[in-house]
Amino acid sequence: MEAVFSACVGLLTACGIYLLLRGRTFPVVVGLTLLSYAVNLFLFSSGGLTLDGGTVLGATDIYADPLPQALVLTAIVIGFAMTAFAVILAMRARADLGNDHVDGRVPSKQQASSTSTESRSGEKR
Amino acid sequence: MTLLWISLLPILGAMVPLMAGRQSRIQCAWLTAIAPAAALILVLQQAPAVLKGEVLRYSTEWIPQLGLELAFRLDGLTLLFCLLILGIGLLIILYARYYLSEKDSMGRFYSFLMLFMAAMLGIVMSNNLLQLWVFWELTSLSSFLLISFWWQKTEGRKGARMALTVTGAGGLCLLAGILMVQQVVGTLNVDEVLASGDQIRQHPWYTAILIMFLLGAFTKSAQFPFQFWLPHAMAAPTPVSAYLHSATMVKAGIFLLARMYPVLAGTDLWFFIVSLTGLATLLLGAYFALFKHDLKGLLAFSTISHLGLITMLLGLGSQMAAVAAVFHIINHATFKASLFMAAGIIDHESGSRDMRKLNGLIRYMPHTAILAMIAAASMAGIPLLNGFLSKEMFFAETLHQDLLGSLSWVIPALATVAGILSVAYSLRFIHDVFFNGEPIDLPKVPHEPPRYMKIPVEILVALCLAVGIVPNLVVGDLLYAASSAVIGQMAPNVDIAIWHGLNLPLLMSITAVLGGVIVYSQRKRMFRFQGQFQDRDAKLTFEYIIQSMVEGGKRIVLFIDNGSLQRYLLCLLTAIIVIGGYAMLNLQPLKTTREPIPLDAITLVGAFILCCGGLATAFWHHKRLRSLLGLSVVGLVVSIAFARFSAPDLALTQLSVEVVTIILLMLALFFLPQRTPKESTPSRIIRDLSVSGAIGGIIATITYAILTRPVSSISDFFLANSKIGGGGTNVVNVILVDFRGFDTLGEITVLGIAAIGIYKLLLRLRLSMPASDVIGRSWSPERYPMILATVSQSLLPLALLVSVYIFLRGHNEPGGGFIAGLVTSVAVILQYMAHGVDWIKTRLNLDYQRVVASGVLIATLTGLGSWLFGRPFLTSWFDHFHLPLIGDFELASAMLFDLGVYLAVVGATLLILANLGKMTTSYRPLHKEQD
Repeated sequence: MEAVFSACVGLLTACGIYLLLRGRTFPVVVGLTLLSYAVNLFLFSSGGLTLDGGTVLGATDIYADPLPQALVLTAIVIGFAMTAFAVILAMRARADLGNDHVDGRVPSKQQASSTSTESRSGEKR
Repeated sequence: MTLLWISLLPILGAMVPLMAGRQSRIQCAWLTAIAPAAALILVLQQAPAVLKGEVLRYSTEWIPQLGLELAFRLDGLTLLFCLLILGIGLLIILYARYYLSEKDSMGRFYSFLMLFMAAMLGIVMSNNLLQLWVFWELTSLSSFLLISFWWQKTEGRKGARMALTVTGAGGLCLLAGILMVQQVVGTLNVDEVLASGDQIRQHPWYTAILIMFLLGAFTKSAQFPFQFWLPHAMAAPTPVSAYLHSATMVKAGIFLLARMYPVLAGTDLWFFIVSLTGLATLLLGAYFALFKHDLKGLLAFSTISHLGLITMLLGLGSQMAAVAAVFHIINHATFKASLFMAAGIIDHESGSRDMRKLNGLIRYMPHTAILAMIAAASMAGIPLLNGFLSKEMFFAETLHQDLLGSLSWVIPALATVAGILSVAYSLRFIHDVFFNGEPIDLPKVPHEPPRYMKIPVEILVALCLAVGIVPNLVVGDLLYAASSAVIGQMAPNVDIAIWHGLNLPLLMSITAVLGGVIVYSQRKRMFRFQGQFQDRDAKLTFEYIIQSMVEGGKRIVLFIDNGSLQRYLLCLLTAIIVIGGYAMLNLQPLKTTREPIPLDAITLVGAFILCCGGLATAFWHHKRLRSLLGLSVVGLVVSIAFARFSAPDLALTQLSVEVVTIILLMLALFFLPQRTPKESTPSRIIRDLSVSGAIGGIIATITYAILTRPVSSISDFFLANSKIGGGGTNVVNVILVDFRGFDTLGEITVLGIAAIGIYKLLLRLRLSMPASDVIGRSWSPERYPMILATVSQSLLPLALLVSVYIFLRGHNEPGGGFIAGLVTSVAVILQYMAHGVDWIKTRLNLDYQRVVASGVLIATLTGLGSWLFGRPFLTSWFDHFHLPLIGDFELASAMLFDLGVYLAVVGATLLILANLGKMTTSYRPLHKEQD
């Protein structure tokens, strides 16, 4: 069980980070959301995995660790606020700048190849 | 306390000339002189005690935890430097009054000068190394201002910049050295550092400490190979040169060497570096001084040479050498300051400093000529003048060392060569300027300067003579006290005598004088020889080095900071991989120490769906709607996972957040491009895949490590105290509203801020609304579908009822303010979608910003309420009541806090979603209008 859980967290992280590295804002926002799922699961796991337990006194025999749950609960809500802020910022950026690239301008490939020391010099092609 | 005043007075005095700038020039000078004169009187008052060997101290604590204090000390060495700084400073003030022209801003000049004086006093009086360093840097800054006083001139600006760069860089090295000393000794206090010389010399860091301190001192004192900045600093007004390059700025480096002498000196390394650098500087300076046609240039190189002499004496390491060094500090300050002033007078009254034009001036300004000739003779080391005495001691000390083994004779020989050159350039200063025919087309006819302009020169020359004739009477005590402070113990009793009998040092002096006369008589040949070398301008070389450093810096910055956010992110992520991965190499291999939980089929299926959802989100990111669907699958599975792993509160929260998130992203997607263009090159995709894969692997490993190791949690406390302390059985909720209520208060505040930030972002947002979807299908003409409208309307009361239920039971069962707030928001949002803004507006006209604010306010007030009962912020209260019919029930202040949370969540969510939803309608937020 632990191995599967960890693998899932790792996969969600990887997918989230891959999307974060994209050049357009919407995939970045989606990646951010995906990453926040992974982070929440990761934080949650710090209390250990408990099956058939609970956090209500007297209702169960096995108690799950309530502290990570409380932290993750607020993290979920704050995560929503962050996603919302990021996506509205993306909308605003697109409206004001005319494109939805994360840099605010679409890098033109011709320019990049002619002036190699400019912005994209270090990139492997 | 007196010590504090001595150092404070010049700082206060720096403001006087700025205020007195409107007064006449002579008044301005007098007013400026008050503060240093007062400080000088205070110093003199303390002098008798110091000369007896006392060390006066003053300190107040500043940040004792960091070893910072405001500490001053006054010992023999400090006394000597204070007298030089304040005494010569006063003379400079008088001299500058006549030197500066009507056009120059008197107030500005004096203010800079006082600032510099204060900084120098700070250096010599500091009893804390870090404090010393601050004043050290202040001298660099204020000398920058002074050198560039004539900022209109290119040379002034360039010279000042060069001086600042070189001395500033040296200052940074000094700081490194000071911090290392602090690490070794554990204190910055000068007294304690001076007492722990052995500890530092035996420490493995000694070499590094020594080199850092020497770099600081050598750059400041213009020692080889850093000597190049000093001649360019001659672009300053002559009073500045006379002050900075005789008694103060360049002597700061010498002072540092002398101050740290008990700590750093006495090793072979010290001898080799310090004395050989001094020797090289001595020779180089003397040689180049001979070939300068500029009066001040000659003096500048001669200064370099004499600084080398003092450095070399300090490097020799014997006690008598240290005494000689201190003696030469005094002598050089007096004769060099008077020479600079004389050069300034000549420049001022004849309009030129070029020795090829200046000739035979003795007939035009005989008085000045005599003064200058005496000072120059002192520089050459002619008997009956102070320069002779210390030079003689220097020659004697070069004979007393045997540090180079059988080659030790080289040092006195080279010293004699330097003596010859020194006599030659002094002779040139005298002969070429005051004799040697007639002036050649000078801009004006030379004449004597105003009477008062000569007074400072006269005083200094008188000192040269007095010290030269009756040394013991004039400076004996001071020299003894200062040398004792340098050596760290009582100095050997020196009897400075003019006549020691016919001995080797005297012979060296005679050789120097005769040799100097011969060299000077052959000067034409030497000039011709020197003319064959290409004249290299240090300024150009310096500028070239600086420029190439700037270029290199730019290139590095451009590589890292190329304006691409993706690049930055990649750098950060790579750093995570490198640092995180490296740290994990040292971790123990993963092995299970806890009983593993057996895997069941349902969980496996859930995990499979989760992975598919995540991969689909990433894979289809070009088709944004599809990607969003994948995201919602992930969110759902995550909430199921929370339910599976005994976290019902989380499951409820995740589920409701999932709904609002997807609605939000769908709305946003409406205004954004529906597809992402394919831009990434294949190699880039591979790169990103490997980076994200590596980080995913690291995170998975950490998660697995956490899950399989023994857990020790503080949660037992919460489980034990939830009921008795917080009055609730749902521990998660009690933690949120009670134990960690302060956290929650912070989080709802952040939520509110985010919502209001979003509202601001939406103001005046110009959006292009697509008329159709990607494929070209137009949107459905029916805006508010009948079935949705009907169903949602009947669902609303139910949903609200559910949210009230979840809210009320939250303290004892899964639920609470967060979840209830989200459920309410979803219900209201559904109404917006089903009926449109108009419909809602007539029925529910809420200002969501107010809702957020009142939520945060209620939560805060609940917290503050506990103050009324004398309890800490956010202490909760609860009790059980009995009412007929209803029965027993519990009331807790935490409920009120949870109500605040509820309102904040509802307000924030609706503020975000409703305003975004309104973007397509006439109700979209504008600056004035809001609803």
